[in-house]
Amino acid sequence: MPIYQTTSFVFDSTEHAAELFALRTYGNIYSRIGNPTVAALEERMASLEGGLGAVATASGLAAQLVAVLCIAQAGDHLVASASLYGGTVTQFTVTLKRMGIGCTLVPGDDPAALAAAIMPNTKALFTETIGNPLGNVADLEAWATVAHEHGLPLIVDNTFASPALCRPIEWGADIVVHSATKFLGGHGTAIAGVVVESGRFPWNAGKHPLLSEPSPGYHDMNFAETFGEFAFLMRARAEVLRDVGAALAPMNAFLVLQGVETLPLRMKAHVENARIVAAFLRERDEVAWVNYAGLPDSPFRELAKKYLPDGAGAVFTFGLRGGREAGRAFIETLDLWSHLANVGDAKSLVIHPATTTHQQLTEDEMRAGGVTPEMVRLSVGLEDPDDLLWDLERGLRAAAAVAARDTVGAQA
Amino acid sequence: MILTTVSQRRDLLARSRTVAMVGASPNPTRPSYFVFSYLRTRGRLDLSPINPAVAQIDGVKAYPSLEAYAAERGAPDIVDVFRKPADAPAVARAAVAAGAKAIWFQYGVINQDAIDIADAAGLDVVVDRCIKVESARFDGGLSIGGLNSGLITARRPAQFGAPRH
Repeated sequence: MPIYQTTSFVFDSTEHAAELFALRTYGNIYSRIGNPTVAALEERMASLEGGLGAVATASGLAAQLVAVLCIAQAGDHLVASASLYGGTVTQFTVTLKRMGIGCTLVPGDDPAALAAAIMPNTKALFTETIGNPLGNVADLEAWATVAHEHGLPLIVDNTFASPALCRPIEWGADIVVHSATKFLGGHGTAIAGVVVESGRFPWNAGKHPLLSEPSPGYHDMNFAETFGEFAFLMRARAEVLRDVGAALAPMNAFLVLQGVETLPLRMKAHVENARIVAAFLRERDEVAWVNYAGLPDSPFRELAKKYLPDGAGAVFTFGLRGGREAGRAFIETLDLWSHLANVGDAKSLVIHPATTTHQQLTEDEMRAGGVTPEMVRLSVGLEDPDDLLWDLERGLRAAAAVAARDTVGAQA
Repeated sequence: MILTTVSQRRDLLARSRTVAMVGASPNPTRPSYFVFSYLRTRGRLDLSPINPAVAQIDGVKAYPSLEAYAAERGAPDIVDVFRKPADAPAVARAAVAAGAKAIWFQYGVINQDAIDIADAAGLDVVVDRCIKVESARFDGGLSIGGLNSGLITARRPAQFGAPRH
Protein backbone atom coordinates (compact mmCIF):
# COMPACT_ATOMS: atom_id res chain seq x y z
CA MET A 1 0.00 0.00 0.00
CA PRO A 2 1.63 3.27 -1.09
CA ILE A 3 1.71 6.12 1.44
CA TYR A 4 0.43 9.23 -0.31
CA GLN A 5 2.38 11.59 1.92
CA THR A 6 1.03 14.72 0.30
CA THR A 7 -1.29 17.56 1.14
CA SER A 8 -2.89 18.07 -2.28
CA PHE A 9 -3.54 16.53 -5.67
CA VAL A 10 -3.02 17.86 -9.20
CA PHE A 11 -6.25 18.40 -11.14
CA ASP A 12 -6.58 17.13 -14.70
CA SER A 13 -8.20 20.38 -15.87
CA THR A 14 -10.25 23.31 -14.59
CA GLU A 15 -13.40 21.33 -15.39
CA HIS A 16 -12.11 18.36 -13.36
CA ALA A 17 -11.35 20.66 -10.43
CA ALA A 18 -14.84 22.16 -10.60
CA GLU A 19 -16.47 18.71 -10.76
CA LEU A 20 -14.46 17.60 -7.70
CA PHE A 21 -15.37 20.65 -5.65
CA ALA A 22 -19.04 20.25 -6.61
CA LEU A 23 -18.91 16.60 -5.40
CA ARG A 24 -20.01 15.45 -8.83
CA THR A 25 -17.00 13.25 -9.42
CA TYR A 26 -14.82 11.09 -7.18
CA GLY A 27 -11.20 11.92 -6.60
CA ASN A 28 -8.76 13.77 -4.40
CA ILE A 29 -8.49 17.46 -3.71
CA TYR A 30 -6.77 17.90 -0.37
CA SER A 31 -5.77 15.38 2.29
CA ARG A 32 -7.94 17.04 4.94
CA ILE A 33 -10.95 15.70 3.00
CA GLY A 34 -9.57 12.53 1.45
CA ASN A 35 -6.34 10.75 0.60
CA PRO A 36 -5.77 7.50 -1.33
CA THR A 37 -3.96 5.75 1.55
CA VAL A 38 -6.65 6.85 3.99
CA ALA A 39 -9.34 5.79 1.49
CA ALA A 40 -7.89 2.29 1.34
CA LEU A 41 -8.31 2.03 5.11
CA GLU A 42 -11.82 3.47 4.88
CA GLU A 43 -12.96 0.98 2.25
CA ARG A 44 -11.46 -1.96 4.13
CA MET A 45 -13.13 -0.89 7.38
CA ALA A 46 -16.45 -0.49 5.57
CA SER A 47 -15.98 -3.94 4.11
CA LEU A 48 -15.05 -5.51 7.47
CA GLU A 49 -18.02 -3.91 9.25
CA GLY A 50 -20.48 -4.56 6.42
CA GLY A 51 -21.08 -0.86 5.83
CA LEU A 52 -21.70 1.26 2.76
CA GLY A 53 -18.60 3.33 3.33
CA ALA A 54 -16.39 4.95 5.95
CA VAL A 55 -14.73 8.20 6.92
CA ALA A 56 -11.42 7.94 8.78
CA THR A 57 -10.50 10.56 11.35
CA ALA A 58 -7.54 11.71 13.40
CA SER A 59 -8.74 9.79 16.48
CA GLY A 60 -11.63 7.81 17.89
CA LEU A 61 -12.95 10.90 19.66
CA ALA A 62 -12.86 12.72 16.32
CA ALA A 63 -14.82 9.85 14.76
CA GLN A 64 -17.56 10.26 17.37
CA LEU A 65 -17.59 14.02 16.90
CA VAL A 66 -17.91 13.69 13.12
CA ALA A 67 -20.69 11.12 13.50
CA VAL A 68 -22.65 13.27 15.96
CA LEU A 69 -22.14 16.59 14.13
CA CYS A 70 -23.29 14.96 10.90
CA ILE A 71 -26.78 14.49 12.36
CA ALA A 72 -27.09 16.84 15.38
CA GLN A 73 -26.69 20.55 16.04
CA ALA A 74 -27.33 23.03 18.87
CA GLY A 75 -30.71 22.29 20.45
CA ASP A 76 -30.49 18.57 19.74
CA HIS A 77 -29.98 15.67 22.12
CA LEU A 78 -28.41 12.21 22.38
CA VAL A 79 -29.24 9.18 24.50
CA ALA A 80 -26.15 7.20 25.47
CA SER A 81 -25.16 4.30 27.65
CA ALA A 82 -23.88 5.36 31.08
CA SER A 83 -21.12 2.77 30.77
CA LEU A 84 -18.78 4.50 28.33
CA TYR A 85 -15.13 5.41 28.09
CA GLY A 86 -14.56 8.45 30.33
CA GLY A 87 -13.35 10.57 27.41
CA THR A 88 -16.59 9.88 25.58
CA VAL A 89 -18.62 10.85 28.64
CA THR A 90 -16.83 14.21 28.88
CA GLN A 91 -17.09 14.74 25.11
CA PHE A 92 -20.85 14.23 25.34
CA THR A 93 -21.67 15.83 28.69
CA VAL A 94 -19.21 18.74 28.68
CA THR A 95 -17.95 19.68 25.22
CA LEU A 96 -21.04 18.80 23.18
CA LYS A 97 -23.20 20.31 25.92
CA ARG A 98 -21.29 23.60 25.53
CA MET A 99 -22.09 23.39 21.82
CA GLY A 100 -25.78 23.02 22.69
CA ILE A 101 -26.14 19.27 22.14
CA GLY A 102 -27.54 17.62 25.25
CA CYS A 103 -27.02 14.03 26.36
CA THR A 104 -28.84 11.69 28.73
CA LEU A 105 -26.80 8.78 30.08
CA VAL A 106 -28.82 5.62 30.73
CA PRO A 107 -27.48 2.67 32.77
CA GLY A 108 -28.07 -0.79 31.33
CA ASP A 109 -30.03 -1.80 28.21
CA ASP A 110 -33.58 -1.79 29.52
CA PRO A 111 -35.68 -0.78 26.47
CA ALA A 112 -38.21 1.07 28.63
CA ALA A 113 -35.47 3.14 30.28
CA LEU A 114 -33.91 3.92 26.90
CA ALA A 115 -37.27 4.88 25.42
CA ALA A 116 -38.05 7.07 28.46
CA ALA A 117 -34.85 9.06 27.88
CA ILE A 118 -35.71 9.83 24.25
CA MET A 119 -36.99 13.36 23.72
CA PRO A 120 -38.51 15.05 20.66
CA ASN A 121 -35.09 16.58 19.85
CA THR A 122 -33.12 13.32 20.29
CA LYS A 123 -31.11 12.53 17.15
CA ALA A 124 -29.34 9.25 17.96
CA LEU A 125 -28.66 6.51 20.50
CA PHE A 126 -25.07 5.63 21.37
CA THR A 127 -23.50 2.63 23.09
CA GLU A 128 -20.27 0.64 23.18
CA THR A 129 -20.32 -3.04 22.16
CA ILE A 130 -18.22 -3.81 25.22
CA GLY A 131 -18.36 -1.01 27.79
CA ASN A 132 -15.14 0.58 29.02
CA PRO A 133 -14.25 -0.21 31.74
CA LEU A 134 -17.33 -1.99 33.13
CA GLY A 135 -17.00 -4.80 30.58
CA ASN A 136 -20.75 -4.96 30.01
CA VAL A 137 -21.89 -6.37 26.69
CA ALA A 138 -24.59 -4.19 25.11
CA ASP A 139 -27.80 -5.84 23.98
CA LEU A 140 -27.38 -4.37 20.51
CA GLU A 141 -30.67 -5.69 19.14
CA ALA A 142 -32.58 -4.10 22.02
CA TRP A 143 -30.83 -0.76 21.46
CA ALA A 144 -31.47 -0.91 17.69
CA THR A 145 -35.15 -1.77 18.20
CA VAL A 146 -35.74 1.16 20.55
CA ALA A 147 -33.82 3.51 18.25
CA HIS A 148 -35.68 2.48 15.12
CA GLU A 149 -39.08 2.55 16.85
CA HIS A 150 -38.36 6.24 17.49
CA GLY A 151 -37.03 6.94 14.00
CA LEU A 152 -33.47 7.29 15.31
CA PRO A 153 -30.16 5.77 14.27
CA LEU A 154 -28.05 3.65 16.62
CA ILE A 155 -24.36 4.54 16.85
CA VAL A 156 -22.14 1.78 18.25
CA ASP A 157 -18.54 2.18 19.37
CA ASN A 158 -17.08 -1.20 18.38
CA THR A 159 -13.52 -0.46 19.54
CA PHE A 160 -13.22 -3.21 22.16
CA ALA A 161 -14.66 -5.98 19.98
CA SER A 162 -13.37 -5.00 16.53
CA PRO A 163 -15.15 -6.46 13.50
CA ALA A 164 -13.23 -9.69 14.08
CA LEU A 165 -15.45 -10.41 17.11
CA CYS A 166 -18.66 -8.45 16.43
CA ARG A 167 -20.20 -6.58 13.51
CA PRO A 168 -22.86 -4.29 15.02
CA ILE A 169 -24.45 -3.42 11.66
CA GLU A 170 -25.55 -7.07 11.45
CA TRP A 171 -27.44 -6.50 14.73
CA GLY A 172 -29.17 -3.32 13.62
CA ALA A 173 -26.62 -0.56 14.22
CA ASP A 174 -26.67 2.24 11.64
CA ILE A 175 -23.30 3.82 12.39
CA VAL A 176 -20.20 2.16 13.84
CA VAL A 177 -17.32 4.19 15.24
CA HIS A 178 -13.88 3.01 16.25
CA SER A 179 -10.83 4.19 17.99
CA ALA A 180 -8.59 2.56 15.39
CA THR A 181 -5.74 3.30 17.78
CA LYS A 182 -6.66 0.11 19.62
CA PHE A 183 -7.02 -3.39 18.18
CA LEU A 184 -7.32 -2.25 14.55
CA GLY A 185 -3.86 -0.66 14.58
CA GLY A 186 -2.93 -3.14 17.23
CA HIS A 187 0.64 -2.12 17.99
CA GLY A 188 0.30 1.17 19.87
CA THR A 189 1.84 3.17 17.02
CA ALA A 190 -0.81 5.58 15.72
CA ILE A 191 -3.85 7.52 16.94
CA ALA A 192 -6.71 7.02 14.49
CA GLY A 193 -10.48 6.74 14.23
CA VAL A 194 -13.10 5.70 11.73
CA VAL A 195 -16.85 6.14 11.17
CA VAL A 196 -18.63 3.40 9.21
CA GLU A 197 -22.22 3.84 8.06
CA SER A 198 -24.62 1.15 6.92
CA GLY A 199 -26.44 3.11 4.21
CA ARG A 200 -29.73 1.68 5.49
CA PHE A 201 -31.02 4.48 7.72
CA PRO A 202 -33.81 6.66 6.20
CA TRP A 203 -32.16 10.07 6.69
CA ASN A 204 -34.92 11.71 4.64
CA ALA A 205 -37.73 10.72 7.04
CA GLY A 206 -37.80 14.19 8.64
CA LYS A 207 -35.92 13.66 11.90
CA HIS A 208 -32.52 14.75 10.54
CA PRO A 209 -32.81 18.10 8.75
CA LEU A 210 -29.01 18.41 8.53
CA LEU A 211 -29.23 15.69 5.89
CA SER A 212 -32.68 16.22 4.44
CA GLU A 213 -32.83 20.01 4.10
CA PRO A 214 -30.69 22.41 2.06
CA SER A 215 -27.24 22.87 3.57
CA PRO A 216 -25.78 26.39 3.66
CA GLY A 217 -22.38 24.71 4.10
CA TYR A 218 -22.64 23.27 0.61
CA HIS A 219 -24.47 25.79 -1.60
CA ASP A 220 -27.86 24.61 -0.32
CA MET A 221 -27.33 21.03 -1.37
CA ASN A 222 -29.85 18.56 -0.01
CA PHE A 223 -27.64 15.59 0.82
CA ALA A 224 -30.44 13.04 1.19
CA GLU A 225 -32.01 13.99 -2.12
CA THR A 226 -28.76 14.30 -4.04
CA PHE A 227 -26.89 11.29 -2.68
CA GLY A 228 -29.65 8.95 -1.49
CA GLU A 229 -28.16 6.15 0.58
CA PHE A 230 -24.76 7.93 0.52
CA ALA A 231 -26.16 11.08 2.20
CA PHE A 232 -24.57 10.55 5.61
CA LEU A 233 -21.17 9.54 4.26
CA MET A 234 -21.03 12.41 1.78
CA ARG A 235 -21.94 15.02 4.38
CA ALA A 236 -19.67 13.47 7.01
CA ARG A 237 -16.70 13.92 4.68
CA ALA A 238 -17.50 16.91 2.49
CA GLU A 239 -18.91 19.14 5.21
CA VAL A 240 -18.17 17.85 8.72
CA LEU A 241 -14.65 16.48 8.28
CA ARG A 242 -13.84 19.42 6.02
CA ASP A 243 -14.89 21.92 8.68
CA VAL A 244 -13.82 20.08 11.85
CA GLY A 245 -10.41 19.40 10.33
CA ALA A 246 -9.71 16.17 12.20
CA ALA A 247 -8.35 14.27 9.20
CA LEU A 248 -6.28 11.11 9.54
CA ALA A 249 -2.67 11.44 8.39
CA PRO A 250 -1.71 9.07 5.54
CA MET A 251 1.22 7.62 7.50
CA ASN A 252 -1.11 6.76 10.38
CA ALA A 253 -3.60 5.24 7.96
CA PHE A 254 -0.78 3.05 6.68
CA LEU A 255 0.11 1.91 10.21
CA VAL A 256 -3.53 1.00 10.89
CA LEU A 257 -3.78 -0.78 7.52
CA GLN A 258 -0.78 -2.90 8.52
CA GLY A 259 -2.56 -3.79 11.74
CA VAL A 260 -5.85 -4.63 10.05
CA GLU A 261 -4.09 -7.22 7.89
CA THR A 262 -3.49 -9.39 10.96
CA LEU A 263 -6.63 -8.43 12.91
CA PRO A 264 -8.35 -11.86 13.03
CA LEU A 265 -5.15 -13.65 14.02
CA ARG A 266 -4.37 -11.15 16.74
CA MET A 267 -7.91 -11.07 18.13
CA LYS A 268 -7.89 -14.86 18.42
CA ALA A 269 -4.61 -14.73 20.36
CA HIS A 270 -5.77 -11.75 22.49
CA VAL A 271 -8.93 -13.65 23.47
CA GLU A 272 -7.01 -16.84 24.33
CA ASN A 273 -4.60 -14.95 26.58
CA ALA A 274 -7.44 -12.96 28.17
CA ARG A 275 -9.24 -16.17 29.11
CA ILE A 276 -6.06 -17.56 30.70
CA VAL A 277 -5.40 -14.36 32.67
CA ALA A 278 -9.03 -14.00 33.81
CA ALA A 279 -9.14 -17.64 34.97
CA PHE A 280 -5.84 -17.15 36.86
CA LEU A 281 -7.01 -14.01 38.66
CA ARG A 282 -10.33 -15.57 39.66
CA GLU A 283 -8.56 -18.24 41.71
CA ARG A 284 -6.46 -15.76 43.69
CA ASP A 285 -7.23 -14.71 47.25
CA GLU A 286 -5.79 -11.23 46.62
CA VAL A 287 -8.50 -10.66 44.00
CA ALA A 288 -11.99 -9.67 45.15
CA TRP A 289 -13.67 -9.99 41.78
CA VAL A 290 -12.98 -10.41 38.06
CA ASN A 291 -15.34 -8.83 35.57
CA TYR A 292 -14.77 -10.51 32.21
CA ALA A 293 -17.75 -11.33 30.02
CA GLY A 294 -15.83 -14.37 28.82
CA LEU A 295 -16.04 -16.04 32.26
CA PRO A 296 -18.79 -18.68 32.66
CA ASP A 297 -20.46 -16.92 35.62
CA SER A 298 -20.32 -13.39 34.20
CA PRO A 299 -23.67 -11.57 34.32
CA PHE A 300 -22.95 -10.72 30.67
CA ARG A 301 -22.32 -14.35 29.69
CA GLU A 302 -25.53 -14.76 27.69
CA LEU A 303 -25.09 -11.47 25.84
CA ALA A 304 -21.46 -12.38 25.16
CA LYS A 305 -22.50 -15.76 23.73
CA LYS A 306 -24.93 -14.01 21.42
CA TYR A 307 -22.90 -11.02 20.26
CA LEU A 308 -19.31 -12.18 20.84
CA PRO A 309 -19.31 -15.94 20.11
CA ASP A 310 -15.58 -15.98 19.34
CA GLY A 311 -14.62 -14.27 22.57
CA ALA A 312 -15.46 -11.27 24.74
CA GLY A 313 -12.33 -9.32 23.81
CA ALA A 314 -9.18 -8.84 25.83
CA VAL A 315 -9.87 -5.78 27.97
CA PHE A 316 -11.39 -6.37 31.38
CA THR A 317 -11.27 -5.28 34.99
CA PHE A 318 -10.72 -6.88 38.36
CA GLY A 319 -10.80 -5.68 41.96
CA LEU A 320 -7.87 -6.02 44.36
CA ARG A 321 -8.47 -6.59 48.04
CA GLY A 322 -6.79 -3.78 49.95
CA GLY A 323 -8.17 -0.91 47.90
CA ARG A 324 -6.23 1.95 46.40
CA GLU A 325 -2.85 1.31 48.14
CA ALA A 326 -2.83 -2.34 47.16
CA GLY A 327 -3.63 -1.27 43.61
CA ARG A 328 -0.71 1.14 43.61
CA ALA A 329 1.71 -1.56 44.84
CA PHE A 330 0.36 -4.01 42.25
CA ILE A 331 0.83 -1.67 39.30
CA GLU A 332 4.22 -0.39 40.43
CA THR A 333 5.54 -3.94 40.84
CA LEU A 334 4.63 -5.10 37.34
CA ASP A 335 7.53 -5.14 34.88
CA LEU A 336 6.17 -6.88 31.80
CA TRP A 337 2.76 -5.18 31.80
CA SER A 338 3.07 -1.56 30.67
CA HIS A 339 1.39 1.00 32.91
CA LEU A 340 -0.14 3.38 30.37
CA ALA A 341 -3.42 4.82 29.15
CA ASN A 342 -4.19 2.68 26.14
CA VAL A 343 -5.75 -0.66 25.28
CA GLY A 344 -5.64 -3.01 22.32
CA ASP A 345 -1.88 -3.16 21.96
CA ALA A 346 0.15 -6.28 21.14
CA LYS A 347 1.77 -5.64 24.53
CA SER A 348 -0.12 -6.19 27.77
CA LEU A 349 -1.25 -3.01 29.49
CA VAL A 350 -2.50 -2.11 32.95
CA ILE A 351 -4.10 0.99 34.46
CA HIS A 352 -6.09 2.19 37.49
CA PRO A 353 -9.16 3.88 35.95
CA ALA A 354 -10.38 5.80 39.01
CA THR A 355 -7.21 7.91 39.11
CA THR A 356 -6.52 8.09 35.38
CA THR A 357 -8.90 7.46 32.45
CA HIS A 358 -12.05 8.20 34.43
CA GLN A 359 -10.59 10.76 36.85
CA GLN A 360 -12.51 13.69 35.29
CA LEU A 361 -15.88 12.08 35.95
CA THR A 362 -18.07 13.02 38.88
CA GLU A 363 -18.57 10.38 41.59
CA ASP A 364 -22.08 9.72 40.32
CA GLU A 365 -20.81 9.29 36.75
CA MET A 366 -18.07 6.96 38.02
CA ARG A 367 -20.60 4.87 39.92
CA ALA A 368 -22.90 4.75 36.88
CA GLY A 369 -19.95 3.67 34.77
CA GLY A 370 -18.98 1.01 37.32
CA VAL A 371 -15.62 2.61 38.16
CA THR A 372 -14.65 1.71 41.74
CA PRO A 373 -11.46 2.62 43.71
CA GLU A 374 -10.14 -0.96 43.80
CA MET A 375 -10.65 -1.53 40.07
CA VAL A 376 -7.66 -2.38 37.86
CA ARG A 377 -8.09 -2.56 34.08
CA LEU A 378 -6.07 -4.97 31.97
CA SER A 379 -5.58 -5.08 28.23
CA VAL A 380 -4.20 -8.53 27.60
CA GLY A 381 -1.57 -8.64 24.88
CA LEU A 382 0.06 -11.30 22.78
CA GLU A 383 2.99 -12.30 25.02
CA ASP A 384 3.54 -15.85 26.24
CA PRO A 385 0.81 -16.27 28.88
CA ASP A 386 3.26 -17.87 31.34
CA ASP A 387 5.25 -14.66 31.34
CA LEU A 388 2.11 -12.60 31.91
CA LEU A 389 1.03 -14.77 34.85
CA TRP A 390 4.54 -14.66 36.33
CA ASP A 391 4.44 -10.87 36.36
CA LEU A 392 0.89 -10.79 37.77
CA GLU A 393 1.95 -13.18 40.52
CA ARG A 394 4.66 -10.70 41.57
CA GLY A 395 2.17 -7.85 41.54
CA LEU A 396 -0.40 -9.76 43.57
CA ARG A 397 2.18 -10.64 46.23
CA ALA A 398 3.18 -6.99 46.51
CA ALA A 399 -0.47 -5.99 46.82
CA ALA A 400 -1.04 -8.63 49.49
CA ALA A 401 1.95 -7.38 51.48
CA VAL A 402 0.51 -3.85 51.46
CA ALA A 403 -2.93 -5.12 52.40
CA ALA A 404 -1.47 -7.16 55.31
CA ARG A 405 0.63 -4.21 56.51
CA ASP A 406 -2.41 -1.92 56.43
CA THR A 407 -4.47 -4.49 58.33
CA VAL A 408 -1.76 -4.82 61.00
CA GLY A 409 -1.44 -1.04 61.17
CA ALA A 410 -5.17 -0.67 61.67
CA GLN A 411 -5.12 -3.20 64.51
CA ALA A 412 -2.15 -1.58 66.30
CA MET B 1 -33.63 -10.31 -18.28
CA ILE B 2 -33.63 -8.62 -14.91
CA LEU B 3 -30.03 -8.08 -13.84
CA THR B 4 -29.58 -8.47 -10.09
CA THR B 5 -25.91 -9.24 -9.53
CA VAL B 6 -22.83 -7.05 -9.40
CA SER B 7 -21.15 -8.92 -12.24
CA GLN B 8 -24.23 -8.55 -14.45
CA ARG B 9 -24.15 -4.80 -13.95
CA ARG B 10 -20.41 -4.67 -14.61
CA ASP B 11 -20.84 -6.63 -17.86
CA LEU B 12 -23.75 -4.43 -18.96
CA LEU B 13 -21.71 -1.26 -18.47
CA ALA B 14 -18.68 -2.79 -20.17
CA ARG B 15 -20.59 -3.75 -23.32
CA SER B 16 -22.60 -0.50 -23.54
CA ARG B 17 -21.61 2.79 -25.16
CA THR B 18 -24.68 4.92 -25.88
CA VAL B 19 -26.96 6.00 -23.02
CA ALA B 20 -30.18 7.96 -23.42
CA MET B 21 -30.98 9.64 -20.09
CA VAL B 22 -34.71 10.20 -19.77
CA GLY B 23 -35.35 13.07 -17.37
CA ALA B 24 -31.78 14.42 -17.34
CA SER B 25 -31.91 17.91 -15.83
CA PRO B 26 -29.63 20.92 -16.35
CA ASN B 27 -30.38 22.01 -12.75
CA PRO B 28 -27.05 21.50 -10.92
CA THR B 29 -28.80 20.57 -7.66
CA ARG B 30 -30.72 17.65 -9.21
CA PRO B 31 -29.43 14.10 -8.78
CA SER B 32 -29.85 13.48 -12.52
CA TYR B 33 -27.44 16.32 -13.24
CA PHE B 34 -24.86 14.77 -10.89
CA VAL B 35 -25.15 11.50 -12.78
CA PHE B 36 -25.07 13.16 -16.20
CA SER B 37 -22.09 15.34 -15.32
CA TYR B 38 -20.12 12.50 -13.78
CA LEU B 39 -20.59 10.15 -16.71
CA ARG B 40 -19.98 12.90 -19.26
CA THR B 41 -16.69 13.97 -17.71
CA ARG B 42 -15.54 10.38 -17.26
CA GLY B 43 -15.81 10.21 -21.02
CA ARG B 44 -16.39 6.50 -21.67
CA LEU B 45 -20.14 6.53 -22.31
CA ASP B 46 -21.83 8.49 -25.10
CA LEU B 47 -24.64 10.28 -23.24
CA SER B 48 -27.71 12.05 -24.57
CA PRO B 49 -30.26 13.86 -22.40
CA ILE B 50 -33.89 13.10 -23.25
CA ASN B 51 -35.76 16.20 -22.10
CA PRO B 52 -38.21 18.22 -24.20
CA ALA B 53 -37.59 21.33 -22.10
CA VAL B 54 -33.95 21.82 -23.05
CA ALA B 55 -31.90 21.91 -26.26
CA GLN B 56 -28.65 20.82 -24.63
CA ILE B 57 -26.95 20.21 -21.27
CA ASP B 58 -23.31 21.29 -20.91
CA GLY B 59 -23.02 21.36 -24.69
CA VAL B 60 -24.45 17.86 -25.20
CA LYS B 61 -27.43 17.82 -27.54
CA ALA B 62 -30.74 16.89 -25.91
CA TYR B 63 -33.61 15.09 -27.64
CA PRO B 64 -37.28 15.69 -26.88
CA SER B 65 -38.12 11.98 -26.84
CA LEU B 66 -36.63 8.52 -27.20
CA GLU B 67 -38.34 8.36 -30.59
CA ALA B 68 -36.50 11.48 -31.72
CA TYR B 69 -33.24 10.09 -30.34
CA ALA B 70 -33.63 6.79 -32.18
CA ALA B 71 -34.52 8.53 -35.44
CA GLU B 72 -31.19 10.36 -35.40
CA ARG B 73 -28.85 8.18 -33.37
CA GLY B 74 -30.34 4.70 -33.75
CA ALA B 75 -31.10 2.32 -30.89
CA PRO B 76 -29.45 3.26 -27.56
CA ASP B 77 -27.53 0.63 -25.63
CA ILE B 78 -29.11 1.80 -22.36
CA VAL B 79 -32.14 3.94 -21.56
CA ASP B 80 -31.51 5.43 -18.09
CA VAL B 81 -34.71 6.51 -16.35
CA PHE B 82 -35.03 9.48 -13.96
CA ARG B 83 -38.82 9.73 -13.78
CA LYS B 84 -41.41 9.16 -11.09
CA PRO B 85 -42.48 5.51 -10.87
CA ALA B 86 -45.94 6.18 -12.35
CA ASP B 87 -44.31 7.45 -15.56
CA ALA B 88 -42.03 4.43 -15.89
CA PRO B 89 -44.32 2.15 -17.99
CA ALA B 90 -44.59 4.79 -20.73
CA VAL B 91 -40.80 5.17 -20.74
CA ALA B 92 -40.43 1.39 -20.90
CA ARG B 93 -42.75 1.21 -23.95
CA ALA B 94 -40.81 4.02 -25.63
CA ALA B 95 -37.51 2.27 -24.88
CA VAL B 96 -38.80 -0.95 -26.45
CA ALA B 97 -40.01 0.99 -29.50
CA ALA B 98 -36.62 2.70 -29.80
CA GLY B 99 -34.91 -0.69 -29.89
CA ALA B 100 -32.97 -0.14 -26.64
CA LYS B 101 -30.87 -3.10 -25.51
CA ALA B 102 -31.26 -2.31 -21.81
CA ILE B 103 -33.27 -0.12 -19.48
CA TRP B 104 -31.92 1.20 -16.18
CA PHE B 105 -34.36 2.43 -13.54
CA GLN B 106 -32.59 4.81 -11.12
CA TYR B 107 -33.01 4.81 -7.31
CA GLY B 108 -36.69 4.78 -6.38
CA VAL B 109 -37.97 4.35 -9.93
CA ILE B 110 -39.72 1.10 -9.09
CA ASN B 111 -42.76 0.06 -11.15
CA GLN B 112 -43.57 -3.58 -11.78
CA ASP B 113 -45.50 -2.89 -15.00
CA ALA B 114 -42.52 -1.03 -16.42
CA ILE B 115 -40.19 -3.86 -15.44
CA ASP B 116 -42.50 -6.44 -17.04
CA ILE B 117 -42.85 -4.46 -20.28
CA ALA B 118 -39.09 -4.20 -20.74
CA ASP B 119 -38.34 -7.73 -19.59
CA ALA B 120 -40.99 -9.24 -21.89
CA ALA B 121 -39.48 -7.35 -24.85
CA GLY B 122 -36.08 -8.91 -24.14
CA LEU B 123 -34.33 -5.88 -22.69
CA ASP B 124 -31.83 -6.20 -19.88
CA VAL B 125 -33.38 -4.50 -16.85
CA VAL B 126 -31.70 -2.88 -13.85
CA VAL B 127 -33.96 -1.64 -11.04
CA ASP B 128 -33.40 0.75 -8.12
CA ARG B 129 -29.70 1.27 -8.83
CA CYS B 130 -27.71 4.33 -9.84
CA ILE B 131 -25.69 4.12 -13.06
CA LYS B 132 -23.18 6.60 -11.63
CA VAL B 133 -22.64 4.58 -8.47
CA GLU B 134 -22.33 1.33 -10.44
CA SER B 135 -19.87 2.93 -12.86
CA ALA B 136 -17.86 4.27 -9.93
CA ARG B 137 -17.94 0.83 -8.31
CA PHE B 138 -16.00 -0.61 -11.24
CA ASP B 139 -13.74 2.30 -12.18
CA GLY B 140 -12.39 2.88 -8.65
CA GLY B 141 -14.44 5.99 -7.90
CA LEU B 142 -16.18 4.53 -4.86
CA SER B 143 -12.89 3.23 -3.49
CA ILE B 144 -11.13 6.59 -3.71
CA GLY B 145 -14.09 8.07 -1.83
CA GLY B 146 -13.71 5.66 1.07
CA LEU B 147 -16.88 3.87 -0.01
CA ASN B 148 -17.33 0.12 -0.03
CA SER B 149 -17.15 -1.03 -3.65
CA GLY B 150 -17.86 -4.59 -2.55
CA LEU B 151 -14.98 -5.66 -4.77
CA ILE B 152 -12.11 -7.46 -3.10
CA THR B 153 -9.31 -7.47 -5.63
CA ALA B 154 -5.58 -6.85 -5.82
CA ARG B 155 -6.12 -5.24 -9.23
CA ARG B 156 -6.54 -1.48 -8.93
CA PRO B 157 -8.74 0.16 -11.56
CA ALA B 158 -6.42 2.27 -13.74
CA GLN B 159 -8.59 5.39 -13.90
CA PHE B 160 -8.53 6.31 -10.23
CA GLY B 161 -5.55 4.18 -9.35
CA ALA B 162 -2.70 6.68 -9.37
CA PRO B 163 -3.61 10.23 -8.39
CA ARG B 164 -0.95 12.82 -9.19
CA HIS B 165 0.36 14.89 -6.34
